[in-house]
Amino acid sequence: MRLSSIFAIIAVVITGGILLYGVSDFPSFGDPKSPANAAVPGSESVSQYFITKSYKDTKVPNLVTSVLADYRGYDTMFETVVIFAAGMAIFAILGSVGGESQPRVQEEESSFVDGDHSRIIVGTTCRLLVPVIQVFALYVIGHGHYSPGGGFQGGVILAASFIIIALSSDLDAALRRLSEVNYLRLACVGILIYAGFGVLCQVLESNFLDYGVLQPILLTDGPEMARSHSMLGVEIGVAFTVTAIMFAIYANLSSRGTLRDGL
Amino acid sequence: MAEFFEQTLQPHFNFWIYVILMMIGLWALIAKNNLIKKLIGMSIFQTAIILFYVSLGVKEDATIPILDPYGQAEHAAADAEGAETEGEKKRDSYIGKKSPDPDTMANPLPHVLMLTAIVVGVATLGVALSITQMIFKEFGSLEEDEILEIVKGGGVDD
Repeated sequence: MRLSSIFAIIAVVITGGILLYGVSDFPSFGDPKSPANAAVPGSESVSQYFITKSYKDTKVPNLVTSVLADYRGYDTMFETVVIFAAGMAIFAILGSVGGESQPRVQEEESSFVDGDHSRIIVGTTCRLLVPVIQVFALYVIGHGHYSPGGGFQGGVILAASFIIIALSSDLDAALRRLSEVNYLRLACVGILIYAGFGVLCQVLESNFLDYGVLQPILLTDGPEMARSHSMLGVEIGVAFTVTAIMFAIYANLSSRGTLRDGL
Repeated sequence: MAEFFEQTLQPHFNFWIYVILMMIGLWALIAKNNLIKKLIGMSIFQTAIILFYVSLGVKEDATIPILDPYGQAEHAAADAEGAETEGEKKRDSYIGKKSPDPDTMANPLPHVLMLTAIVVGVATLGVALSITQMIFKEFGSLEEDEILEIVKGGGVDD
């Protein structure tokens, strides 16, 4: 065994030991009165406020979405920016943006005819599955404030449908449907939608991302429903960026930045 | 031994599992020689933290933090029970007439925070993999000691 492994084991055991010692003071599993779930008697903790009041505030039944997109909307916006920045970092590292123009060989749409029967099964199955996956992704995005889901989850599912196309035939087939320029545009548009909602609120003389003032624009019954609809818009923006960047990460990593051939 | 099991391990078994998972990840990060294995260790580490936070929001006998605006399931349950008090109270809280009892729903805040952590984890993993790919292109190896030797020796030979 190498010397560094011994040191690593010592460090890990010390860290784990300290943590396990600290764990003995933690509340037990599933305790509804633990400090994370409940405040001291007589006052209300943040998470209790979210459960009891957020439906009145926002008319969004999915409390996770209302906390994510409204109460912590600023956080979520910069989370989307983190995704965007990660995508840009991958472009910068693997160097596919601004490089020499790559002549893309226009091949036949399907290479099933070359006698490789396994590709027929895989290709047909994926061709049948992809529309279903995409419809489900749109459902997860659009229904995200009524059921489990939202922009991040739906965006990842939508990106997965493009990745399935790339896996079942080749990367070019997926890039014909969502080209490099288009997914970069999509990523930018997503951020702009999110930030645009915030700026729009500022223009209407309220705080950044305070959706309640959008009521006259969205023609809703009250400021609560305006919040609900704005959350849907914001989630769509998140979904755009997540779809684009997840597909971009796959496309760049699988082709080593050349965006050709792929796996 | 039985006393230790009942008083220390059993109420906190979830935290023990996360600490052990975290130790596995940390060990892989420090001791493994291969860069991809280090990244796997990083992911295990992140998973341990995410599980830890999600388990903090768990409440016994609580449901997911989503109100049912139509209340169909709860209507049916209330009718089946025939209970005026408990069933109706629950139904009213679910359809938003009354504010729900915080103890009947899992804590949504850790879920939101961990959604952030998962997304950031994916982003960092993507960037880390692309850096790894460039390292392999540059040095022709993913083993840490081989890369260090090449760096100390003054760069790539060819």
